Order: sequence, then C-alpha cells, then structure tokens
Amino acid sequence: MTAFVHHFSFEFRAGVRNRSLLLLNYLFPIGFYLLAGTLMTSLNPSFKEYLIPAMVFFTILTSTLLGLPDPIVSARESGIFRSYKIHGIPELAILIIPALTTILHTIVVAVLIVLTAPLLFQAVLPANWLSFVLSFFLMAFASAGIGLLIGVVSPSSRATILLAQALFLPSMMIGGLMFPAHMLPDALRTVALLLPSTHAVNILGGWTPGGIYTFNPYASAAVLYAGGALAFIMALILFNWDKDNPTRHVRPVFALLAFAPYVIAAVLTFVGI
Amino acid sequence: MIRDDIVRVQNFRKTYSDFVAVDSISFEVYRGEIFGLLGPNGAGKTTTLECLEGLRMPDSGTLRVMDVDPMRDYRRLRNLIGVQLQMSGMPDSISVRESMKFFCAYHRVAPRYDLLDRLGLSDKLDTQYYMLSIGQKRRLALALAVAHNPQVVFLDEPTAGLDVLSRSELHDVLRELQAAGTTIILSSHDMAEVEKLANRVAILLQGKIVASGTPRDLTAAGAGLTKISIHTEDSSVAKAEYFPAVRQKSSKDGYEIFYTTDPGATVLALLEFAKAHDDPLIDLRVERPTLEDRFLEITAHKEVVS
Repeated sequence: MTAFVHHFSFEFRAGVRNRSLLLLNYLFPIGFYLLAGTLMTSLNPSFKEYLIPAMVFFTILTSTLLGLPDPIVSARESGIFRSYKIHGIPELAILIIPALTTILHTIVVAVLIVLTAPLLFQAVLPANWLSFVLSFFLMAFASAGIGLLIGVVSPSSRATILLAQALFLPSMMIGGLMFPAHMLPDALRTVALLLPSTHAVNILGGWTPGGIYTFNPYASAAVLYAGGALAFIMALILFNWDKDNPTRHVRPVFALLAFAPYVIAAVLTFVGI
Repeated sequence: MIRDDIVRVQNFRKTYSDFVAVDSISFEVYRGEIFGLLGPNGAGKTTTLECLEGLRMPDSGTLRVMDVDPMRDYRRLRNLIGVQLQMSGMPDSISVRESMKFFCAYHRVAPRYDLLDRLGLSDKLDTQYYMLSIGQKRRLALALAVAHNPQVVFLDEPTAGLDVLSRSELHDVLRELQAAGTTIILSSHDMAEVEKLANRVAILLQGKIVASGTPRDLTAAGAGLTKISIHTEDSSVAKAEYFPAVRQKSSKDGYEIFYTTDPGATVLALLEFAKAHDDPLIDLRVERPTLEDRFLEITAHKEVVS
C-alpha cells in the first residue's frame, strides 16, 4: 500500500511538473475551454447547453489520448521500465497508476469547468448529474485504456502522435463535442460510433430528460465499459519492459481487439438493429 | 575448504539473431567476494549480467542466483539482488528524495538517506533527476541498488563517467559492502579498478571466458615481463642495440620502455649506459606486469586458458 501511495503521489506530481503533461492535462484544455466558451457561445448561443459536457469530454481526450501514451513510450525507450523491473515494480502498477492519475487530473479540470462555466459563459449545468458523472467516468475509463494501449504498442514518440491524433481529431470533429451527433449524415453517424466520445455524449443525452440520443444509452455504457476493460487487458498483455528485448510475443495488431465493442455497435447501427 | 557459491553459471549461451553474444560459459561466484567480469565492448559482459538479473532470457544453460532461476522467479530475486544497470533511466521529474522513497517502498524497507549522504548526494535531495550530472545519476543508481541490503549486487560499469573523487568514494562503498558480507559482481573496462577491487576475475572475449582466477594468478600466468621506463636528457639509451634480458622495446612520451625478464640486470645496464654517455637521468620507473598488461596479451593472442 505504501508503494502504491508513493507511486501514485509521484505520478500525479509528474503530471504537473512535466511541461508537456502540464500542457496536455491543464493548459491546453483550460485554454481551449476559455476560447470555446468565449467564441462558440457568442456565435451559437445554444452551445451554452453543451459547453460543460463538451469541454469536460474534450479534457478527457487531451489528457488520455494525447498525454498518457507518450510517457509510456519514452519510459520504455529510455530504460525507465528496466529500472522499474529490477526494483520489482509490477507491470500492473506501471500501467494502472498513470491511468488513475491522469483521470484525477481530468477531474480537477472538470470541476474547474463546472464551477466557472455558468459564471463566465452562462453555461447550463447538467440536468442529470448522475448521467453526467457516469458518462464522465465511463469515457475516462475507455479513453485511458486506449491511451495506455497506444503507449504500449507505439514504437516511437512520432508514431504515438500519429496514433493518438487518429482518434483525437475524429473525436473532435464527429464525436459529438462541437455539434450534436444526430446532425451528422447517416454514414458518419455510424462511423462516429467507433469513438468513445460519441458514446459518452449519447449516454448523457439518453439519460437526460428530453435529451437527444442516436444509440441506446445502456448499450453505449456497455460499449465504453467493455472497450475500456479490453483496452486495459490488451495493454497488460502487450506490455514490454524493454525496447530491445521484447518479453511478450503477442503481435501489436491484437490491440485492435479493444475496439471490438465499438465496431459491434457501429455494425449493429449500420444493419439497423 | 568448501566455498559457498552464491551465483552459478553453467554452459550459458545467448545469441541475438546470428550473433553469438555469449558462447557456453561457466563460472561460479562465491559468497562475500567481489567478482570482476572483464572484456572489451561486445565481449558479452552486459548480456551475462542481464541474464543473471532476469532482464534477458538465456538461450541455453543454467543460471542460478542464490538457487533462484532469474527468469522463472524474478519477483523473488528482486529483494535478494541489487542492480546498477549500464543503461538505465529514471523519470526526469523524480527528485533524489522521491526516488529513494519510491524504490524503497517497493522493496518494503525504510528509505536509506544515509546512503545518499555517503555518496555525496545529500545536498541534491530535492533536485530532479534530469538536473543531475552523469556521475550523480550513477551514484544515485548505486544507492538505490543497495538500499534494500541485497545479498548480491550487480554493477555494470559502475565508475563510468565518475571523476577521481567519486570513483574513490564508490570503491570505499564497495569495500564496505563486501566487509558486510555482500557479494558483488561487477563488469568493467577499467583493469586497474578491477585489479584493485576484485578477489577473482573472468576475462571475456567474443563471448567466451579466455582466462579466470585471482588478478595475481592471472598476471603471474602471463609472460611475466617487467616494464622499465627510463627518461634521460638526451635519450641515449634509445640508440643502444642490446640490453640484457630485454624482450621488447618501445618509446612513449619521451620514455624508452623495456620489457625484461631480469629487471635488476636491465636497470643496472641502462644506468651504466646513460652514465657512460654523459646523459643525465630524469626519471626511472620499474613496474610489475598488471592485469591490463595480461589482458592486452590475452586479447592480442586470443589465447584460451582452459
């Protein structure tokens, strides 16, 4: 337990001390929130209804998809994991603790957004707090799993950026953050179901009185839960201590198994079930 | 006397694709001794250490550290051994104090700030890792390697990048550890260091052990030539064609160097020659063969001592 506390405490502080993590955990999401709050609410006053969940989900995306993977790649490349191994630090702790501290950073920013958005931008508070909190944690769980998976399979920092952006940009564009998913063309609406943010927004809409949703919100919750669990399991299976000395011989392509629940959701929607 | 072998390596072989890094070597390390693995780059020293530490999987052979198989039971091994890796890292933003707390917590021991003090890091407790010098990083790695009082310590090039003072401090720490009963296995390029510290050494060349024994035994097993270096004002001795018992001759930095089987006779002859040519003596040095001389002799001839 003491080891967990020290590890957790160090990882949490690293998320603020490390400049790129500080940027991705705090500066970028808060800056974007202030910018979007100022511009979007004046251009489109109805955005005040979505501002809080949209910016909170955006924070999850930046911290988990952009912030979480690269330290894992760097630690493996620079021999940090070798040091961890010789001191008996288990793989589970190496993966779970950064995921938990990243989620804690997103909670801090989410609280800041929830507290300030109504005052600064007259944003509307969530009508159903339970669905808001549940969608937050399910999306954080699913996205953190994907972030870990990217870190574990990515061969270099450059590849990490490409893999992370391959999910981050579509999430921003069609994931329901900037405008509601029901406004998308049918084909794109189906593709959007491959993204965790779409399901998080869908849960929020489905469980809010009068909310709009495009997919069964219970199924979305199941997709995020299963996707997150599969991503964590695959990250653990694919984890390597050392770049030159792979100890696991499962091919990185098996990481795609973590996306099976999202694919099933998209296929079911496509065939009209 | 039956000696207690704490590390046992039998017919150990490790390859990387077609490259044979270690080719069926066997050796034992006894409890409480400092054992040196010597060899040029690529000789297989680091591979041997990393397989013993459980970081790499051997292709074949038997490796045991305190009767533990490093690959099968590396979790049990973690508290028995301490490791300073040649290439290791720490998170950039971790401070010296945090790293001591962090790793000691995983070993379930109290942080050993006394070791940081002993290794000259007490004024760097709150300095983050990326701000430490190479020498400070290596001293921190050593402190962390021994903080949980391991019974066997593996050190891979422990003094690389250290200044003279830090090197001397580290030697003192190693001797203290040995005095406390810790077994130390170190790899190094630094022959003088190993000769000074190690009770026994094994010289690795192209993945094979080409010589092993105490440093004294190894040097005695060589050609046994004594090195005489003489520096005179006019370098008159360089012109002489013959001195008794001299087997090899060379020049370096103004010194004429003679390798002889009879140092007394050669020194007398050199001094008489210089005096006869009215050439004042500036410096004269007589050195017994070192481990480095023996190492160079072995690597030059690729001699295999069975």
